[in-house]
Amino acid sequence: MSAHGPSSLKPGERHNGDANPRRRFVGQSVTRLEDPPLVTGRGTYVGNLNFPHQLHMRVVRSTWAHAIIRSIDVSAALAHPGCRGVWTGADVADIPPITFRPTSVKGLEPYRQYILARDRVRYVGEPIAVVFAEDPYVAEDLADLVTMDAEPLPVILSADAPPGEFAPGLSTEAVVMRKAFGDIEAALRDACKVVEVDVRVGRHSGVPMENRGALARIDHSRDVLECYGQGKRPHAHRDAVAALIGRSPASMHFYEGHIGGGFGVRGEIYPEDVLTCLAAQRFDRPVKWVEDRRENLLACNHSREQHHVVRGAFDRDGRLLGIDAKLWHDQGAYVRTHGARVPDMAMGTLIGTYHVPAYRTVGYIRMTHKTPAATYRSPGRFESTYACERLMDAAAEAFGLSRIEIRRRNLIPKDAYPYARAMDILDHPVELDSGDFAGLLDKALVHMGWEQMQAEVAARRAGGECVGLGMGFFMEKSGLGPVDGAKVTVDTRGKVQVITGASSIGQGVETVMAQIAADALGVEYRDVKVIHGRTDLLEYGIGSHASRATVMTGGATRMAALNVRRKALEFAARHMVEAPVELLDIVEGQVVRVDRPGEPGIPLGKVAAALAPSPETVAFGNPGLTAEGWFETAGMTHPYGIHTALVKVDPETGQVKVERFHVAYDIGCAINPMLVEGQIVGGVAQGLGGALYEEFVYDERGEPLSVTFADYLMPTIGEMPTVDVLLTEDAPSPNNALGMKGAGEAGITGVGAAIAAAIDDAIGIPNAITRLPVTPQRLKALLQEQRAGRT
Amino acid sequence: MATKMAITLHVNGTEHEVRVEPRRTLSDALRTDCGLTGTNVGCEHGVCGACTVLMDGVPVRSCLIFAVQAQGHELRTVEGLASDGALHPLQQAFIDNHALQCGFCTSGFLMLSAGTLEQQPDIDDEALREVLSSNLCRCTGYQNILRAVRQVRDAGKEAAR
Amino acid sequence: MKAGSFEWHPARSADEAVALLAEYAPQDGRVIAGGQSLVPSMALRLAFPAHLIDINGVEEFSRVRVEAGELVVGACVRHAAFHQPVEPGPLGRLLSRVVHDIAHWPIRQRGTFCGSLANADPASEWCLVAATLGARMVARSVRGTRVIEAADWFHGIMTTALADDELLAEVRIPLLPTGSRAGFYEFSRRAGDYALAMALVAWRDDGGRMREGRIGTGSIEVQPRRIATAEALLDGRPASAEAFAEAAAAVSAAVDPLEDFHTSAGYRRDLIGTAVRRAFEQAGD
Repeated sequence: MSAHGPSSLKPGERHNGDANPRRRFVGQSVTRLEDPPLVTGRGTYVGNLNFPHQLHMRVVRSTWAHAIIRSIDVSAALAHPGCRGVWTGADVADIPPITFRPTSVKGLEPYRQYILARDRVRYVGEPIAVVFAEDPYVAEDLADLVTMDAEPLPVILSADAPPGEFAPGLSTEAVVMRKAFGDIEAALRDACKVVEVDVRVGRHSGVPMENRGALARIDHSRDVLECYGQGKRPHAHRDAVAALIGRSPASMHFYEGHIGGGFGVRGEIYPEDVLTCLAAQRFDRPVKWVEDRRENLLACNHSREQHHVVRGAFDRDGRLLGIDAKLWHDQGAYVRTHGARVPDMAMGTLIGTYHVPAYRTVGYIRMTHKTPAATYRSPGRFESTYACERLMDAAAEAFGLSRIEIRRRNLIPKDAYPYARAMDILDHPVELDSGDFAGLLDKALVHMGWEQMQAEVAARRAGGECVGLGMGFFMEKSGLGPVDGAKVTVDTRGKVQVITGASSIGQGVETVMAQIAADALGVEYRDVKVIHGRTDLLEYGIGSHASRATVMTGGATRMAALNVRRKALEFAARHMVEAPVELLDIVEGQVVRVDRPGEPGIPLGKVAAALAPSPETVAFGNPGLTAEGWFETAGMTHPYGIHTALVKVDPETGQVKVERFHVAYDIGCAINPMLVEGQIVGGVAQGLGGALYEEFVYDERGEPLSVTFADYLMPTIGEMPTVDVLLTEDAPSPNNALGMKGAGEAGITGVGAAIAAAIDDAIGIPNAITRLPVTPQRLKALLQEQRAGRT
Repeated sequence: MATKMAITLHVNGTEHEVRVEPRRTLSDALRTDCGLTGTNVGCEHGVCGACTVLMDGVPVRSCLIFAVQAQGHELRTVEGLASDGALHPLQQAFIDNHALQCGFCTSGFLMLSAGTLEQQPDIDDEALREVLSSNLCRCTGYQNILRAVRQVRDAGKEAAR
Repeated sequence: MKAGSFEWHPARSADEAVALLAEYAPQDGRVIAGGQSLVPSMALRLAFPAHLIDINGVEEFSRVRVEAGELVVGACVRHAAFHQPVEPGPLGRLLSRVVHDIAHWPIRQRGTFCGSLANADPASEWCLVAATLGARMVARSVRGTRVIEAADWFHGIMTTALADDELLAEVRIPLLPTGSRAGFYEFSRRAGDYALAMALVAWRDDGGRMREGRIGTGSIEVQPRRIATAEALLDGRPASAEAFAEAAAAVSAAVDPLEDFHTSAGYRRDLIGTAVRRAFEQAGD
């Protein structure tokens, strides 16, 4: 169980004059509102939904990694009695390439993907045609009948390889990005030691348990094209897909229902989503598309694959004077969904929790003939944390300092916050809002029994075991703003509805919003129903990504609930109770007089009923016990943490077993510690996968070899260590009233770094691990090299 | 296309008369022909376990059995776990222990656990981990799933005492 | 990931099964028992049988029995049957240890012993058992019944001596004599994964000396096999760390490992030595 310190948190209230926020549900590990339908098989995952007369769409995918399309033969498919249609690129020539979320990084547009390949294919799995049938089995039969004749072109499978030609006259090096502050040349010149690491992270992805899917139809009663199964950013993507297929946004709505995991990859705009909506429009029939697992591993965004060379300039005491870093980012075949956000974040966050006077970084964003890459949980940060922490471990070795001491000497001091860095991440200036990293380190060491662990490791080593400890320090970013809205309504039975623009991808958004709303309003959290992911109920919404839902949507939900509360109290004061508003409060769903404890109150439902449209309520302001709330953040929030791994290596096989894992994390304010811990432990499992098991492997022809769950190895319970979580709330964010910071990515960010360090320690070879995942074969080879070197 | 066959599936005590091609998997028949969409399909090649159901009380992957093969067998799915409006102890324990996030793997874990505890109410922790390693979850890190199933096992042992 | 079309023919008796097979084998027909390997390959559209002869309903195939010093495993005996020893001797105990490394719990409830033999995956645990312990495969067809020795059964990756119209009706494994010791070790990436290397060893303990030693390797070459040069090192020697290490080294030297994109031959060669040694170390009676 996690330890939760006493909640001493009293963040300064700056909004709505609610100077003394109640904490009845906030901070409590209440059970989730989401769970009852999910444990009883009543989920509304898109695959579970059907409309009468629907067509099933199946995508025909390239089996070529890079080739010029000579012809695509659809005649056999068309001749099949079950065929209701076949499209190739020529049939969708009017649809522009898929847009991505822009940043100020220019020059990426030529690398966008068309919904069906035109003249060339650039990865195995690229959609080249779609077929339509009444039945998904028949659709798959039809897809097998479509054949492509092509002329193979050379493949590029590494971002390190010399750039080639993306298209005539267009390099596969899409862009070179740069960030810098301070005088790095002086730092390198003045350094006592310059320590360099050259490290790589493999190609991983989120791989949610639910494959992607979409179900689109036109509701003729409203002339609206509806699309189900769209999580993450329904509003933005509705607008984008509407633009692509030529509809007005108001005539199109996205609904998410239940989503079987997000992790950054689910819910982006993929060719298939556009094709499904387009088909519903063209056929004027409901069209359903559900990918299979092989497609998911081939065609859903990949992530992570980066090569980092990081040089740290240190003074004689082991203090950083500067960091000079390069990275090569394997973008895959196209730029889609995120533009250059992943390398941007990797470059922006690499220096993490450390005070670095000078920093220079260059990122080479290169196209390869692999599945396109974009975000996966802790995008850029898993990679950059690993790179930076490898540097710190190497520096510890170079200076003969303990791995903790070298870090202590470089941590940003508590009194330096807010801590600005003279650079941008995703066009936002970097200002770390609050932190006390050394304080967290002290607590973590005590909590996990660091000295005892070290003694245990020493004793086991003496007994011949190959065991080791490693740490990864990290700084996260969360609460990407700038603004989010919510609408709260109380009905005549006193039940509360919160409509948010958030997206629920399994993380517990409904419960967290209900807790926040319940406390702000003064009701039971189980009486709060939270709506999310519906473009028809709220004009705007920024979805769920970048650990932003709790902070931003939570902030908006709280504002809206406070507005409803004020409205209820003011109306009651004027029309229902003869008392000044200052003497009224809402407690457990009843408007009560604070000066007359024990006196029966007025249920909120009655207030809502009294607020029904009438001349009186119109005169009061506006009818209905409802209000919107908008939250504007002063800046991103920056939670931080420490991962510690205890591993055991089997030197004969190269197998690594993670025996124990500790996470210490300062979240500012945990709305629901149980859910935070759930996010963290789940993140650790994914990080463990990326550190030891998961990798999208390609052969030399660009043929993907990790296309089933027998080849893409995600951890089972058999590989999971016990994970112990220490949550602290020592550095609440000044950027929102509750002090909240995000939780979604805290479990994964430092896992690669910690496990790599622990393996180094176990095998007694400093700086040994330079590549993730550490497969048994690679580790065995390392050990053999070492043995050969010694003899 | 092969001829469709008329078959009867016994699911959660109800007979479903359906017509299916022989190639239709049990998971697809449950979901599409019986309307029981609680059984989720995560990989269709028998690795992830999301589609686990009980056939004659034994946990099996419903994506690796053709519907025609399930005739004459008693099938149980997640929809049959709760009885008379009361959640099955495993369902309640999954809620209480936060053993699910997105919920997509949950039906499979529930059926795997239910079948296992019915067959082996005294299963020890090591054996339980071996059984639970059959299914994949991408959200929870498994810790709370194990905790939930152990809680139900322990309560069952206590009750039997 | 949906299978292509096929016609389904449930058999109710062994005779009916072989009759159906005789009729449909020439038309891309094949037998389905547990289907835990066949159905995934159909779903991935790597296999397209036009007819499936389903033997799950054949009562006589579900039996496992001891007969004339052999354990006789019927065509539809599930892996799960071996979770508890199917016979009280060392063989029953050995099989109950091996079964835990076969895929996962629900797969073992459905997949069959004979199905694994017929599928002949190089990474199959039961194939290793059959090859190492000298099992005999009983093939039935309308043409009659024949017995195929383990040494003649495997014809490379996923290929056996079984003819298209033949059904593997049972596998007969010689019981291990009293006083036998047997050990099994496999190395895989995760719980339940296909092994990258596995070894099965057995010997008869003759007053502290090893007799009739058997060393089998699996997941190393195109098919499981015994390593005679290593077995020869055992005879008459005490069961010692030294003997185990020598045998392991002999196995590593003798094998010609498969290589794939993930696993080099050298790594596999190394692994099999470790697996053999650990199989010896973990051997029980």
